[in-house]
Order: sequence, then C-alpha cells, then structure tokens
Amino acid sequence: MSGLENANPLVFQRSDDRPVLPEEEDDDIIDKIDDREVFDLIRAINDPEHPLSLEELNVVEESKVKVNDDESSVYIQFTPTIPHCSMATLIGLAIRVKLLRALPARFKVQVEISPGSHASEEAINKQLADKERVAAALENSHLLNVVNQCLEMRPK
Amino acid sequence: MAKLEEVCCLQAHEEAAWCVAWNPTGTLLASCGTDKQVRIWAQEGDNWVCKSVLADAHTRTVRSLGWSPCGNYLASASFDATIAIWSKKGGEFECIATLEGHENEAKSVSWSCTGSLLATCSRDKSVWIWEVTDDEEFECASVLSVHTQDVKRVKWHPQKEILASCSYDDTIRMFREDNDDWCCFSTLKSHSSTVWSIAFDKTGSRLASCSDDKTVSIWQEYPPGNEEGIVTMDNDPAWKCVCTIGGYHSRAVYDIDWSHLTNDIVTACGDDTVRVFREECGCDKNQPSFSLVASLRKAHSQDVNSVMWNPAVEGMLASCSDDGTVKIWKLVNDIP
Repeated sequence: MSGLENANPLVFQRSDDRPVLPEEEDDDIIDKIDDREVFDLIRAINDPEHPLSLEELNVVEESKVKVNDDESSVYIQFTPTIPHCSMATLIGLAIRVKLLRALPARFKVQVEISPGSHASEEAINKQLADKERVAAALENSHLLNVVNQCLEMRPK
Repeated sequence: MAKLEEVCCLQAHEEAAWCVAWNPTGTLLASCGTDKQVRIWAQEGDNWVCKSVLADAHTRTVRSLGWSPCGNYLASASFDATIAIWSKKGGEFECIATLEGHENEAKSVSWSCTGSLLATCSRDKSVWIWEVTDDEEFECASVLSVHTQDVKRVKWHPQKEILASCSYDDTIRMFREDNDDWCCFSTLKSHSSTVWSIAFDKTGSRLASCSDDKTVSIWQEYPPGNEEGIVTMDNDPAWKCVCTIGGYHSRAVYDIDWSHLTNDIVTACGDDTVRVFREECGCDKNQPSFSLVASLRKAHSQDVNSVMWNPAVEGMLASCSDDGTVKIWKLVNDIP
C-alpha cells in the first residue's frame, strides 16, 4: 500500500538541546561557529518522505559534521537510509540550502554522502559540489518548494 | 614576484556575479549575474561607472557573455535556456534577437574570429553553432551532441574556425567544419573532474583548461607531420597535455584566461583567490613549466567566478564573484 521506498526506517533518539553556557551570553567573547552549532542547524531538517527529522533517521550525525571557523569551511557527510534512496540528492540539496541561508556567506560548504552508503555516491557528490547546477536547481520553483518543505520548522 | 593592485571595486550585482567580459577594444566591461541583469561599465575620469543596465531579456540568471569581434554585438547566455543578442547603436544597447533551441540552462556563448559564427552550449549536453547573416539573423548550422554531460563553456580559436568546448564529463572537445556539417576531431582528456573553462593563447596552438580537480592543464597542438612525431589522424592536428599546474589552487578553478598581450595566464578560483601564472624562460615547447607570479588571497570575499584580461591594456584584468562585486586589477611586475 505504501509507496515509500523505505517504509519502516529505523528511528533514532534525538539528542538533547545544547545547554547555553555563560560565555555564550557574554558579547565580549568571540563565539566561533563549531560542529555542534552546524549540526543543530541541520538536524531538524525534515526527511522528504517520512514525518521524521534527518537526525531521527540517523541521516545526519554530529560526528560527521566538521567545521573550521578560521578557514570558513564546513564538511558534512550524510547517510541515506537505503543504498538506492532516490531522495539522496534532494536531502543533500536541502542541507546545502539550509546552510547557505543560515551561515555567513564566507563559509564554503561541502556536502557528501558517507562513503559506501549509496550506489550512486560519486555521481551525487559531483552534482552537489557543482555550484552552477545547485544555483540553477534553486531557480526551479517546483524543486525549491520541495526543498522548502524539508526546511520547514515542525513543532517539537 | 608581481603584485595585483586593485584599480576599482564595483558593487555590480545584487546577488552572485557570474561573468565579466571586455569588449575587443578594452573600453567597455560587461558583467552579468543571478539578478538577471547585464551591466556595461566604462571609465569616466578616474572612475569606472555603470553606463547601461540590460534587463528584461532574461527570466533567470544570466550565466555568461560574449562580445562579437567588431564590438557591436554582445551575446548573453541564461539559465532560462535562451541567448539574447544585444546590438550597440551609439551608446545604447537593444535586444535584437533571442536564440531559442536549448532544452535547459544555456551556459556559454562565443563568437568566431570573423563574427560570422556563434557557438552556444547548455546543460542539455549539446553545442549549437549558429550562422550570423548580414541582416542580423541567426540560423542554426549544427547541433553537436558529443559530450555526455552538461557543457560548461565554448571558445573559438583566435584565428581559425575551430571550436573548443569543455564539460561536466571531464573532457574538452575540438570541432571543425566538415562537408557542410560540423564534427568533433579531437577529445582532450586529462582532468579528473568537471572542466569549467578553457582559453586559447594568442597563436591558437595552445589551450589552457581549468577544472574542479583544482588543476590547470596546458595543451599543445601538433599538426600533421609534426617534427616531434606525435601521431595525428585524418589530417587533423593532435592535442596533447604538455603541462599540469597543480598544488596551487585549494578549491575548484572556475575560469581561466590567457593574455594575448603578455602571454600570462590568470585563474579564478573557489578559494576566493586570483592567481597569475607565467611560462618560465627558455622552456622546451613540449615540456613547458609555469610558475606562479602573483597570487591575491581574498581578492573577493567569496568564490571568484570569472576573470578576463583587458585585450588592449597590458596587465589589466577584471574579475567577479559570488559576493556580487566586479573588480578591475592591474598586474605590477618586478616587486623586489
């Protein structure tokens, strides 16, 4: 009955919200963007086919987010739930768009599939790295709508 | 070492600026971007100012530009799949034609040396060759479906009717006319990822290419019967990679231009840097070496998308970036 590719995905526990530390409220201390902060930006992204977040599906994990604020670089690996997931490119695009909107423009964001987790890993990585294709894709209103749905906030 | 000095910084586009193009006399600079506009810049006294805004022709990002050799026409390629032809009459630009045919994003446009042919390419994997008639009509002469992926750039040879194209399929192709149609006579393979751009040197016997693989390749033409004994086929020249410039760029190299005045090569890189390379003296043409003579980190605050040498003023060049700015630079040699 279900048209879902992966009808019964494993569901993982959400991590707790990060407690706010006193130094983070002190405006005199320079607060660099770190792994956890970027993970917080992407973990709530909705999966395109399940009413679950990318964190709950273990598609994104904090250990696979690498941020270097000094070099303005972000490197993220994500893990599609199944190796033939046709939504993998869309998920990668949603992660890129989320960070494009949320991070300062100086950041270079690289989003790739966790090695060995998808049949078309290389092709998808190449597509996600092609800024011209990404820019053109985001001018496609249908695709942009789908991406925006992934990025909509859901009540916790 | 040499040094790149900023001549001016123009707040050119609302969003990313994708391409800069000098007219053949180097007096006008055209730029385009995500804001769907083309802007024309010229020098007034010590300043560079916007002389015209070409809007309303495209409904999506304007990706790239090409001036005709006479300087009277400017072509713009857009993600809306069309190419607009602008005619410069007096100081005004008027859109005189819109070329349709590509199935999706048009990415590049180039006029042949005589101005009688126009080449365009697209994500639809095809390269189109258009004949330009005397009464400003454009007729499709050939559709070349040789690349297996997205075609990023087309560039005509500086003196001959030979076209080069480069692609997401990691290759460069060379085309020539053959009995009323066009054919691919050479495939250049050395890059391990998307070839973003290509540039011929002044003689047209060399080509430089830049890639997502963070390298630049230098290709040498070997005509039939060459003294080096490089094998050629069907009376066509062979193109061979004679140098790979690696280890300098830390991200994808998006554009490259080869100065026809000084022979210097300039690159635009995703690491926000503009670099200038120069062939070392006394090189064997079959094994040339190039050294980095200038490198400006943070030339822009984001990816540098396009660079072009001014065709008339030695050492002057323009660049543009995702940060929306267009900058004009002067290369100053012999800094002790």
